[in-house]
Amino acid sequence: MTLDIDTLQIGAPLPMLNLPAITRTTLALYAGASGDHNPVHIDIDFARQAGMPDVFAHGMLSMAYLGRMLTNWVPQQQIRSFGARFVGITNLGDRLQCVGRVVEFLEHRGERVVKIEIQTRNQDGETKVLGQALVGNPSINRAHSDNLNLFPGFSI
Amino acid sequence: MISKDFIGMTFAPHTVCVEAGRLQFFLKAIGETGPVYTDRYASHDAGYDEFPVPPTYLFCLELEKPDPFFHLTAIGVDIARVLHGEMSFDYYLPVSVGDCLTFNASIADIYDKKGGALEFIVIDNRVTNQNNDHVADLRSTVIQRNGQA
Repeated sequence: MTLDIDTLQIGAPLPMLNLPAITRTTLALYAGASGDHNPVHIDIDFARQAGMPDVFAHGMLSMAYLGRMLTNWVPQQQIRSFGARFVGITNLGDRLQCVGRVVEFLEHRGERVVKIEIQTRNQDGETKVLGQALVGNPSINRAHSDNLNLFPGFSI
Repeated sequence: MISKDFIGMTFAPHTVCVEAGRLQFFLKAIGETGPVYTDRYASHDAGYDEFPVPPTYLFCLELEKPDPFFHLTAIGVDIARVLHGEMSFDYYLPVSVGDCLTFNASIADIYDKKGGALEFIVIDNRVTNQNNDHVADLRSTVIQRNGQA
C-alpha cells in the first residue's frame, strides 16, 4: 500500500509506537547488531570512567525506533529524508513512545513533499530525540517487478 | 581542542556489502517485524527483489570497517567523551540485501560552543552502490564533552 500525501491533513498524528523498557540486553543486542561497539553503551565500568552514572542507550537505537514508526505508516521508498537531534540521554528503564504529526507541505528537490515532525519521549514525558522526515508520493518510475520469480525453477 | 584544519579532510572510501544474516540481527535488535522486512512475499509485493534495509541501517554499514570510529579517532576525538548530537539521511535509491555500497567520508565542519567545553564534529558520507548510483547521503554530528572527569 502506498500513501497519497495529498490526502493528509496538517496536524494529523501518525500512529504512535510504544516500546518496551530499555534494558542492558536491549543495548548489548543493539551494539552487536549495529556495529556501534562504543563501550559507553554496554560496559558500566567504562561508562563510569567516562563520567556517566551508568550505560545509556545509543541515540541511533531511538532513531531506529522512529524509523519503525515511519515505515509502519508509509512505505520506505516514499521517505526522502530523515533527520534526528539527540536532545536528551535515553536511560536504562526508559519506556519510549514514538510520536509524530504532519506539519506542512513544501517543495524539496523539485518534488512536492510533506514534512513530518517526530519525537521520542519517555514515561515521564521527557523528549529525548526530536526529528523530522520528508515524505513524497510514490515515484512513477520506481522499479517494480511484479512478475519476478522468487524461486528460479519453480513457478508461482 | 581538535584542529579546525581537519575541515575538508576526506577519507579513503570503504565498501561493504549488505548481508542477510547481519540485517536480520539488526531487525531483531530494534524489534522490527514489519512484513516488508521479514516476509519474502510482502517484500516482493512492495517492489523489492531482496529485503530492503530499514532507514537507519546505512549508519551501521558505515561503521563496518576495521576501526568503526576511525573518522573520529583519526582527528583526535576521544570516543569515551562523545555523544551523538545529530544524524540525517537523504535517500535517493533503495538499498537491499546483496547491494555493495561505497562510503566516501569527509569532515564537513568542526566548531565549538561554551568556550570549548563542547566540540562538534560533522562528518558527511556520500554513498554509492555497485552500479555507481548515488543511493544516499549521511550527515552525522558528534559532540565531544571536554573538561569533565
